Amino acid sequence: MADERNTSKTALEIAKKQGTLSYRVKKSRVSYLMLAPYFILFFFFTVLPVLMAVGFSFTYYNMLEMPQFVGWKNYIKLFLEDDIFMKSLKNTLILAVVTGPVSYFLCLLFAWIINEFRGKLRAFLTLIFYAPSICGNAYVVWNLILTGDRYGYLNGFLMELGVLDEAKLWMQTEKYVLPVLIVVQLWLSLGTGFLSFIAGLQTVDKTMYEAAALDGIKNRWQELWYVTLPAMKPQLMFGAVMQITQAFAIADVSLQLAGNPSINYAGATVVTHLMDYGTVRLEMGYASAIATILFLLMVGTNMLVQRLLRRVGE
Amino acid sequence: MTGKIKTKRRLRLFKRKEKRLNRSMAGNTLLFVLMGICGVAMAVPLVMVINNCLKPLDELFQYPPKIFVRNPTLENFSDLFILMNDSWVPFSRYILNTIIITGGGIVGHVIIASLAAYPLAKHDFPGKKILFQMVVLSMMFSWVVTQTPQYMIISWLGINNTHLALILPACAFGMGLYLMKQFMEQLPDSLMESARLDGAGEFRIFWNIVMPNVKPAWLTLAIFQFQQMWGNTGSTFLRDEQLKPLQYSLQQISAGGAARAGAAAAVTFIIAAVPITFFLICQSNILETMTSSGMKE
Repeated sequence: MADERNTSKTALEIAKKQGTLSYRVKKSRVSYLMLAPYFILFFFFTVLPVLMAVGFSFTYYNMLEMPQFVGWKNYIKLFLEDDIFMKSLKNTLILAVVTGPVSYFLCLLFAWIINEFRGKLRAFLTLIFYAPSICGNAYVVWNLILTGDRYGYLNGFLMELGVLDEAKLWMQTEKYVLPVLIVVQLWLSLGTGFLSFIAGLQTVDKTMYEAAALDGIKNRWQELWYVTLPAMKPQLMFGAVMQITQAFAIADVSLQLAGNPSINYAGATVVTHLMDYGTVRLEMGYASAIATILFLLMVGTNMLVQRLLRRVGE
Repeated sequence: MTGKIKTKRRLRLFKRKEKRLNRSMAGNTLLFVLMGICGVAMAVPLVMVINNCLKPLDELFQYPPKIFVRNPTLENFSDLFILMNDSWVPFSRYILNTIIITGGGIVGHVIIASLAAYPLAKHDFPGKKILFQMVVLSMMFSWVVTQTPQYMIISWLGINNTHLALILPACAFGMGLYLMKQFMEQLPDSLMESARLDGAGEFRIFWNIVMPNVKPAWLTLAIFQFQQMWGNTGSTFLRDEQLKPLQYSLQQISAGGAARAGAAAAVTFIIAAVPITFFLICQSNILETMTSSGMKE
């Protein structure tokens, strides 16, 4: 009898001991060992840089002298004195608000349509739509399309049709710059999110469609809305992250097509402004402030959209 | 009896395998047309890339400009090779650098990220959630945010002007870990459990059981990593000409203005064709492994 009580007591003690944090940490040391290589690198090249960017944003730092603490000065200067920053922020917001959602729905639409096809044709279509996003900087071919004289493809084409009388200087005219960047960016934007949607559509359980048909789903549109989309919510959320981050980071396209600086800064974005201060003028404190704002913009928007998407279908 | 089955099977080759539910003919036509239009629009710039690299110089500067080449020639590529031979660092050096950088980045990333993804997907330990949340958060901002401080860190670590400056940050790419972890979660626990009963250690289980079963995922990681690294000219970190990758020298060649328009067209073609080919090869591999693996419970 006493023996039994003793065993249950020790069992209780063991259970208690196993519940403590240090015991659990010790027991999982193999797991930590496996995590170590990745997370050490992750700390050095992602976590630390973000912390540094936030820290340096409150300093004046030119890489030669020690950083000097200046408080909110960089931020005040950004929002009150730096007209180019305000312009680039406005451009970035326009680009993000247009290309983000539009590219997201295009990804979904094309993935869904592609999923209706079979075999080789599906693989081919996937390639056609996905290829622009992985073609490196081959989008410079748009420079040929948009060349400002009559040798440009767009000018040549429109003049032949009689729409234009004379060649237009597409990238040297302020009002055309942003719309053109939007078009090119959309062309480039069927990337990872798109692939994720295609994969997600393939994993939707076939029996769910059969069950839905019995329940009175009449056509493919209803099927998409009531069966497919709820079933691929995880992919939808992943795709949203991809498209949002991409939409806020537009820079290379602008640098290659509109030039730097672009005409009247019509193609300037927060990232091009950041590159200007970070890699050309080497004003690291100021560049860090820009980076911090960009970070908050991207993460804030992502969090907000995640919260919205989580609510879908609830 | 067997003859009947045979004819049935033959018919299936021509007809749709099964009639799919809720699909109307009108809808199919509409989607087909829509897809055709959008597909052509998407393809035009890349078709131009292909045609331009085959155009002789007079066709490149022709009015009115034509998309399709009339007298295809490989002159542009031979021009490019001549320019390549003129570079004072042997051209093979650039190719070797690219192989080292992208190869190192891909192999390192796939192994390190998979190794970290396995415990995140299948083990239970304190701090698991927060570590994964950090990785998810890292996907929510672009690398440009961290670019400047990263440069300082790489200088402090003393790996500036080495290939490691490009390889190491690439190994800790957040999306790779995320995708791998999500994929590993689908593996049935019973698979690892039986290996554990046989006395296999966790590293052994990871290497011999988990990795072969997530081949589609590591191929995907490899594709994405390649795409990321292929376009990198490395000019931020690499000062020595002997260390620079192919991408750098190609872009230098094509920046030569109108006189090099032909070579530049060839360069654009190569820059686009390599990652697309890589994707093509891996796409069929992924589909193959996806259909044959059949691991879903």
